[in-house]
Amino acid sequence: MTPGFAEPVLGAQSSFRAMLHALSHPGRIVELPDVPQAPAPLGPAMAALALALCDADTPLWHDGGAAVTDWLRFHTGAPLTEAHAARFLLASGAPPALASLALGSDEAPQDGATLLLQVTALEPVDGWRLSGPGIETSTSLRVSGAPPGFVAERAALAALFPRGLDIMLCAGRHIVGLPRTTNIRDWR
Amino acid sequence: MAVLARASADALRPHCVGLPPHTRLRGPEIGLVMLRGRMGGDGAPFNLTEATATRCTVDMAGRMGHATVLGRDQEQAERAAMLDAALQDPVLRPALLARVIAPLAAEQAERRARDARRAEATRVQFFTMATMR
Repeated sequence: MTPGFAEPVLGAQSSFRAMLHALSHPGRIVELPDVPQAPAPLGPAMAALALALCDADTPLWHDGGAAVTDWLRFHTGAPLTEAHAARFLLASGAPPALASLALGSDEAPQDGATLLLQVTALEPVDGWRLSGPGIETSTSLRVSGAPPGFVAERAALAALFPRGLDIMLCAGRHIVGLPRTTNIRDWR
Repeated sequence: MAVLARASADALRPHCVGLPPHTRLRGPEIGLVMLRGRMGGDGAPFNLTEATATRCTVDMAGRMGHATVLGRDQEQAERAAMLDAALQDPVLRPALLARVIAPLAAEQAERRARDARRAEATRVQFFTMATMR
């Protein structure tokens, strides 16, 4: 078992602020100022967001194994649940089928889940071309290690708007926000 | 654990010398716990009051020690957690039980008996004619 944030309140606040920043500028790579040491395979950024976002009221799903279960239970107290019922999902490998997750309803689209997805690397160079609210023209983002078919699977959810899924990509200490309003085109 | 939670930081401090190094997993942090009571001891539960409590969890050589103590003494919570972790070590446990827990428990039992004696001396038996018949 490893500790959480060195300063629990400041760590959670700064991570939350970084996530707001990332979601208001989709595709921009944001570095988290304070990350905990988490058990593998949970990356530092993903662990920081999990600590900032989860508590006893947020059903949580993850694919990290027993050490991660113990760590999340101890530090967040969040109940672990099936993927389709979870409000937050931590995927260090391939995530469950996106359409099977909680997408909210037309009356309460905010009930849609937030998926934290671990990738290998994030670079601000050509790869994906992002556009949508929060992006003036377009943003370039190269994501290494995204699950195959991810862009197409996510694009299929756009028709359901305002229902949908908000996604945070995490690599090392860095995060990228992909709210449900962002369009991704794969240029490679 | 109950014995450690009732012992003061001053009483615990000398016993923490020479323990293996530890890392703090959580806290020590101060919070509130809701104390619940039952009317007459077995009635419906109700919220009696909130009490200030301090909790701490430490890791000592892979063993987790927990402590929750009444009040705001963070050092007391941390030292109680350290001793809780050390007590899980089969090598250290017999010595700690004899050297730390037994004297503290005896002292606390003595204090409780003394308080009970002083309270008992001022006890007033209420009665009415009806109960005397």
